Amino acid sequence: MDPVEIIQHTTGGVIGLSWLMIAFPLVGATILLVFNRYTNRWGHLLGVAMSLASFVVAVLAFVELLGLPEAQRRQAVHLWEFIPGMVDMGLLIDPLSIAFALLITGVGSLIHIYSIGYMSHDPDRRRFFAYLNLFVAAMLLLVLADNYVGLFIGWEGVGLASYLLIGFWQFKPSAAVAAKKAFVVNRVGDFGLLVGMFLIWTTFGTLAFAELKPITAENPTTLAIGLLLLLGACGKSAQLPLQSWLLDAMEGPTPVSALIHAATMVTAGVYLVVRSGAFFFPEGSGAALAVAVVGAATLLAGAIIGCAKDDIKKGLAGSTMSQIGYMMLGAGLGPVGYAFAIGHLITHGFFKADLFLGAGSVMHGMNDEVNMRKYGGLRTYMPVTFATFFIGYLAIIGFPLLSGYFTKEGIIETAVHAQPILGWLAVAGAGITGFYMSRMVFMTFFGEKRWEKDAHPHESPTVMTVPLIVLSIGSVFLGGYLILSNRLMDWLAPAVGAPAARPEFHFTSTTGLATLALVAVGAAFAWYKYGRAEVPAVQPRGSFLTTFARRDLYGDAINESLIMRPGQWLTRLAVFFDNRGIDGVVNGLAAGIGGSSGRLRRLQTGFARTYALSILFGAAILTGALLLVGNI
Amino acid sequence: MSSLWLPILMAVPVLGAIVVALLPKGSTTLAKQVTLLVSLVVLALTLVMAFQFPNAAGERFKFEATYDWIPSFGVHFGVGVDGIALVLIALSAVLVPIVVLASWHDADGVKAADGTVVAPKRSVKTYFSLLLVLEAMMIGVFAATDVFLFYVFFEAMLIPMYFMIGSYGGAQRSYAAVKFLLYSLFGGLLMLVAVIGLYVVAGQGTFMFPELVGAIQDPATQKWLFAGFFIAFAIKAPLWPVHTWLPDAAAQAPAGAAVLLVGVLDKVGTFGMLRFCLELFPDAAKAFTTPIIVLAVISIIYGAIVAIGQTDMKRLIAYTSISHFGFIVMGVFAMSQVAQAGAALYMVNHGFATGALFLAAGFLIARRGSPHIADYGGVQKVTPVLAGFFLVAGLAGLSLPGLSSFVSEFMVMIGTYSSEAFGSGALAAAAIVSALAVILAAVYILWMVQRALNGPTAEPVKAFKDLNAREVWVLAPLVALIIGFGFFPKPLLDVINPAVTSTLVNVQVHNPGVAEKGAGQ
Amino acid sequence: MTTNYLILSGLLFSIGAVGVLIRRNAIVVFMCIELMLNACNLAFVTFARQVGNLEGQIVAFFVMVVAAAEVVVGLAIIVTIFRTRRSASVDDANLLKY
Repeated sequence: MDPVEIIQHTTGGVIGLSWLMIAFPLVGATILLVFNRYTNRWGHLLGVAMSLASFVVAVLAFVELLGLPEAQRRQAVHLWEFIPGMVDMGLLIDPLSIAFALLITGVGSLIHIYSIGYMSHDPDRRRFFAYLNLFVAAMLLLVLADNYVGLFIGWEGVGLASYLLIGFWQFKPSAAVAAKKAFVVNRVGDFGLLVGMFLIWTTFGTLAFAELKPITAENPTTLAIGLLLLLGACGKSAQLPLQSWLLDAMEGPTPVSALIHAATMVTAGVYLVVRSGAFFFPEGSGAALAVAVVGAATLLAGAIIGCAKDDIKKGLAGSTMSQIGYMMLGAGLGPVGYAFAIGHLITHGFFKADLFLGAGSVMHGMNDEVNMRKYGGLRTYMPVTFATFFIGYLAIIGFPLLSGYFTKEGIIETAVHAQPILGWLAVAGAGITGFYMSRMVFMTFFGEKRWEKDAHPHESPTVMTVPLIVLSIGSVFLGGYLILSNRLMDWLAPAVGAPAARPEFHFTSTTGLATLALVAVGAAFAWYKYGRAEVPAVQPRGSFLTTFARRDLYGDAINESLIMRPGQWLTRLAVFFDNRGIDGVVNGLAAGIGGSSGRLRRLQTGFARTYALSILFGAAILTGALLLVGNI
Repeated sequence: MSSLWLPILMAVPVLGAIVVALLPKGSTTLAKQVTLLVSLVVLALTLVMAFQFPNAAGERFKFEATYDWIPSFGVHFGVGVDGIALVLIALSAVLVPIVVLASWHDADGVKAADGTVVAPKRSVKTYFSLLLVLEAMMIGVFAATDVFLFYVFFEAMLIPMYFMIGSYGGAQRSYAAVKFLLYSLFGGLLMLVAVIGLYVVAGQGTFMFPELVGAIQDPATQKWLFAGFFIAFAIKAPLWPVHTWLPDAAAQAPAGAAVLLVGVLDKVGTFGMLRFCLELFPDAAKAFTTPIIVLAVISIIYGAIVAIGQTDMKRLIAYTSISHFGFIVMGVFAMSQVAQAGAALYMVNHGFATGALFLAAGFLIARRGSPHIADYGGVQKVTPVLAGFFLVAGLAGLSLPGLSSFVSEFMVMIGTYSSEAFGSGALAAAAIVSALAVILAAVYILWMVQRALNGPTAEPVKAFKDLNAREVWVLAPLVALIIGFGFFPKPLLDVINPAVTSTLVNVQVHNPGVAEKGAGQ
Repeated sequence: MTTNYLILSGLLFSIGAVGVLIRRNAIVVFMCIELMLNACNLAFVTFARQVGNLEGQIVAFFVMVVAAAEVVVGLAIIVTIFRTRRSASVDDANLLKY
């Protein structure tokens, strides 16, 4: 079944006011930035209030949408004429966008609240909340826009917010460099998205979702558009080959890593693919296959990187890459995959935010230490953090009946049926996930204390633990609720289309059991290496494979030798050419004229006799000429 | 029917300049206040005029006024505006008061925090009356409907700018000023030849633009005359490879003059291409499109790459402008409604964005006395407001969506890509290559931001003071315009679109315009 | 007859021209210029007599007037230069060069 038609929203109601969702955080950000230091005292409260207000609007819009029949569940709200004759600014309220809006504002609000505590000692806390609000507004525009241009504005808006927040502690050179890197790498993806939009506009004469028609068969143009959009998605979602920025992005404050670089922004690529699915990624097309391949490759790469990191946040970043790889894999598999991909996206939003905030809570108690080799035995000192982190851990490795189990199983199951090779790669990835996540838990919360001398670990304040608890509750129950009896699939069907056959969730399928077995093996191996044995406080020299993973699969090295260094040479060459070549010709011309006139000048000796002689010669030549011509 | 709007608009700054020049010696503050007042009056008049602009079909030029000037040669003092000229006049009128406010102390002798002389003390009255004279000429050049009058303003504009660079600029000001003058004069003389040739060949006995449209039919003649105009405009714009005067001029000029130079004066080049090159010589324009588009794409990429390698802030911004002018030229010659409207809009938005960036950089330089990026670092920590404005202006320079420059850049690229003017993939390829500048732009802006604003605070930077009220009032309106037009470009586009349509009618290309939207489906 | 007068005129002119070119004393150069002018006068008068009208003689008067005026200005300049530079050599007055 194709997605239902998008209808123009006419009546009032909350859907008509859905622009408030974006307006609230935008106003918050504007106030905090314009009245900067005057809002220092209450700025964080305003930020939280605006995010919560946005959440309330999202919930009300969701309720209103629930009350409508399926055929009317896709409503476009016209806002204003943007570029006359090309595109109007408007919002699309449909099951897909509302699901994202709920995730963004819900998890976003929790992270806002958490940040009150986490950033309480930072003199710039107000600015932090301004950027967070800006992010929420941009992300909502991204998912709510009813056309590609609006999506792109949000797309770059979240890129800007991400840039500002990664570089929040910009006085650290590493943070400044990481922020710039994130933006530039994202722009490579944006190039794809831009050119994709050129093609869409030229081919179909529109950029609005409502005017594009679902396709059943692929043609070269839609394949090209699909691949270009995929490039955009790779940039934003840190998929191969544009993955390198995400690990560096961990320079930002931890709530940022949780909200932007785990729960929401990095999943925008999945949103883009699912939103454009019916138009450019029909089931079984080359474009969809490319999405799935990229997803499978990234889920393995991310997992391998996660295995070797001692920095808890970088470990989690590798894991994020890997989990988004699962989502991309799902998004490349048509309507069945969409539901599981979005399901995994939502549950991942919960458990990964939970894990990141837990990591932040650990860092908060350990003087901002991120090296897991300097942790150990923390479970008794931070009971709440440990409990919530452990739930998140169980959810991500796919422990039966927790959230991650259902959504990840769903993707793997679908993949094994549709693309067996990719599916079994995903199974292997799940095993590696079991290893690296267990490694993280063992190194942090179990074993000997390996702390620095001045570390005094303590539980975080309530304002930080409450969001953790809420997120871990979601990590436990959400997956089962969404996947069992296909609730999410039915909800999304009007927006992304319904599969021909409804899948049944089997608790005892072959692949499911194989996955569980592999996860158990991975966890056991982690226990053998890091739980039972002593963890060395200094990183030991690893094997070839370990180094490979530690260096992020040489991603940075490849970028550096293939793009950065040649680029620097090219830049230097161009500058040299401009100064010496083009400007050299210009200045040379000027110097040539100046030089020759300088020589001619020497004829003016100042001796009256010389001038008289030249007059004489001149007169003689003139007379001679006249005589010769004979006209005299 | 003749309207007095435009003559008044030009007379006010001229009178203001005379008043400022005649003020008694030593009354510097009064001179500044009078200049600011006059420029604000011009702005108010322009806005009133813009709101009265009848945005309907019919006559191409509105607010027309034509007086005989040299009757024996058919030269008129003819003024009138279409939508494109109107928005460019409005741009000039907005930028001048901002520049006046920004240059408040430029002629007083600026000293950096550590005592280095940034700009020596000069005659304040002269500077501000030059500024007003320049404003009158900028309005005149966009308003001229007589080709000869256009030429006169085109050349005369050089004079005040020459003195503003040569007398009030940085260490190498005379080199830069002479280079600027000679380059422009060279182009201007070629254009003079073409103007006279146009008059003679057309044989209409008039220089009035509307009567000259379509007057030249012979393709070979068109090509020669086109070349004369185009080279002058390419130097002015500036287009690769005749661009090297701009970095020198912009880097040596005081920040305010640099804003007017890059923001308005250079637009005369692209404006001239759109108005004169295309409409007077449509066949030649079509014949030369391919090489020009190639030059434009080279400008886009080359300007961006060279900008990355700059160590001097103002030179860097100048090179980014070369890249942006490449976009404008590409849009003009893509010959489609969307691309040309985008190019016209780009001219305005680039004025705001680059203006803001130049001014923010100027404020930074005034505090340190050095344009070298390496002399800064960690500015954000000491002066967050200045750094914030700098960042927003920089983001406008890299065409961040949501800011005004994005709309125009997007329109230029998508309009070029989808242009059916030549029915080949060449324009699409040009659009794709130019889209690579999106990546390069992020590199040159953010690398500069990283080196100048981020990182540990450099020792001399610690003494910086944040923006004062005057400086905030300089940058805030620009930033407001950048963000406002980023989301609501419609008012500008509504004025620009009819003018572009009539241009394309004169060029006689098939125009895949608004009406045929969706035809591909 | 005419030929003789013209030869004399040519001789006088050549002497004057060579004098202007090789002498350094400003007064002598000046006198040589006068010599050239008078050589021209002689030629004019000769041709006037040969052709039989007065135009050549009138031109000769003009030349004399101009020469007189020239003497006034020229001598004044020479005297002034002599006062400031203590020299009447034309080679010493060579500031206007390059």
